[in-house]
Amino acid sequence: MTIAASRAGTADRDRAVATTRVKAKKSNAPMVRTIISAIIIVLWCIAPFYWMIVTAFRDVGFTYDTTPWPTHVTLDNFATAFSTNLGNHLGQAMLNSLFIGATVTVVALLFGISAAYALARLEFKGKSIVAGLILAASMFPGVALITPLFQLFTNIGWMGTYQALIIPSISFVLPLTVYTLTAFLREMPWDLEEAARIDGCTRVQAFFRVIFPLAAPAVFTTAILAFISSWNEYLISSQLSSDATQPVTVAIAGFAGSQPHVEPYTAVMAAGTIVTIPLVILVLIFQRRIVAGLTAGGVKG
Amino acid sequence: MSAVTEARPEKIPGDPFFPKLPRKKGGLNEAHGRWAVYLIAPAIILLVIVIGYPVVSAIIMSFQKDAGLDKATGLFVEGGFAGFSNYTHWLLQQCVSSTGAVSACPPGNLGAQFWNAFGVTFFFTAVTVVLETVIGVWMAIIMNRTFRGRALVRAAILIPWAIPTAVTAKLWYFIFAYNGILNSVLGTKILWTSDEWASKFAIIIADTWKTTPFMALLILAGLQLIPAEVYEAGKMDGASTIQQFFRLTLPLVRPALLVAILFRVLDALRIYDLPAILTGGGGGSGNATTTLSILVVDQIRQGFNSASALSTITFLIIFAVAFIFVRFLGANVVQTQSNQQKGVLK
Repeated sequence: MTIAASRAGTADRDRAVATTRVKAKKSNAPMVRTIISAIIIVLWCIAPFYWMIVTAFRDVGFTYDTTPWPTHVTLDNFATAFSTNLGNHLGQAMLNSLFIGATVTVVALLFGISAAYALARLEFKGKSIVAGLILAASMFPGVALITPLFQLFTNIGWMGTYQALIIPSISFVLPLTVYTLTAFLREMPWDLEEAARIDGCTRVQAFFRVIFPLAAPAVFTTAILAFISSWNEYLISSQLSSDATQPVTVAIAGFAGSQPHVEPYTAVMAAGTIVTIPLVILVLIFQRRIVAGLTAGGVKG
Repeated sequence: MSAVTEARPEKIPGDPFFPKLPRKKGGLNEAHGRWAVYLIAPAIILLVIVIGYPVVSAIIMSFQKDAGLDKATGLFVEGGFAGFSNYTHWLLQQCVSSTGAVSACPPGNLGAQFWNAFGVTFFFTAVTVVLETVIGVWMAIIMNRTFRGRALVRAAILIPWAIPTAVTAKLWYFIFAYNGILNSVLGTKILWTSDEWASKFAIIIADTWKTTPFMALLILAGLQLIPAEVYEAGKMDGASTIQQFFRLTLPLVRPALLVAILFRVLDALRIYDLPAILTGGGGGSGNATTTLSILVVDQIRQGFNSASALSTITFLIIFAVAFIFVRFLGANVVQTQSNQQKGVLK
């Protein structure tokens, strides 16, 4: 599906390049070089990820086995990862991350959509200043927020609560949301809305019947990017969360294994696999739109 | 696509979306302005609360003394006004004793680590951004070509980006383990996470793996805007492949490249997750991978006000770097981004 989508997306260029390709057929050397480079890129990107998955399924006694394919396959590591007896609250942490991410995404969209609409659709004084401020806010360093928040939340007894994790996350997810959505909405076919008005729709009807369905994929893509950036947050959560509210990133960073004083590599790889696979699937399904959103918002990786 | 873009509201005289509002002299723009205020205000107010408030209170805190024990009386005393002493603590490594005397900080003190952390942060930033730019340009050029399996490459490149940095750090921690796969493959016995230089390079390798794809995507978006005719013309004029790259590709992709580099530099300057997890914050000799962000977090539990001064310094450094980029290198972020958006969505 993703292959088809990206093929369709680049069909125009493929046709344009097809003419040059005929000439290139004379010599195969450049094409061979391109393919070899492509293979290197794919291996470079996938190899560490592959190694994580292979290790996740490997018996803990064979942690340092270097066989490149799965050997000593077991599911024990996943049991260890979810074992609350060992102090690994991965299940709880995933629920926490899900809850924090969903809340942050919804809040960011609620506040972000109207702002993005204004930036994309309206002309007003100071528009570029507002756009610049929001971009600057998305580049804002998390450490500049952590100290005062640490003191504030300690004073009002919010340390380790969900709101103490949600509020700081809004600081980087909201600017990202506004920025990405603005770029998407700027490209909406607004003259369709005018056509609907001429056909007798009211202003509100025109927006909800014509523009809103067209904008839905853009909003959805922005929501995915917002959720991912919240899901990946570590710095602030590592300082402000408690055992009960910690998100997955913090949980994985402080993992315990089945044997004391032995780094539980296989269990950590199992936890990493569980946390990463849904993201990777999500990203691959919505590949084309996510790339469009990324290059528009220029968010941190 | 271009027809759609031109239909933006800027010059439409009778914009039907807000037709009846402009009763006053100001006309359309004024009406739009009022709507814009209503629509943007909630987001701005929320940002002021979640960013503005902490930043202002950090600045206020940075001029307060940290509470502590008064050695003369043995009593716990609140700080009071500190002047710039929290800043000189970091910048000049001056420690104020309880009696008020100013002296150089002892080696174990976090204050003594500021310039080391500053150097480590800029070293990481310079090396990773250069590596990621060079490899990113190469990846983007490959992905911009037409070949069988290009879709696979474009999918694979998203995987490092999709993995959370905390998981990336743990993954590379395993790869860099003493008995780990990297030492096995290379046949070496390098202490990747605790040796002085090896730990620095461990961070650089992991960061390059994680973020080069993001660079490549931004650069690819820029490359796709270069029309094929430019290369046709270049070929006709007899330009070699290398000449084409330096005379055509590089100048034309420059705006997109500068924006990508700007984003990466700002991101690299605040690096925390990787060194905090991969090398436990310290690395070789305890501070080989201690960046400014890690130093701030280390300081928080030793004194909020001093940590606030350090976080304000860090923020100002990042702000200064961004300013230099935008002012002197002409990285027009907003414009380049919107151009790329059009290119990618085509």
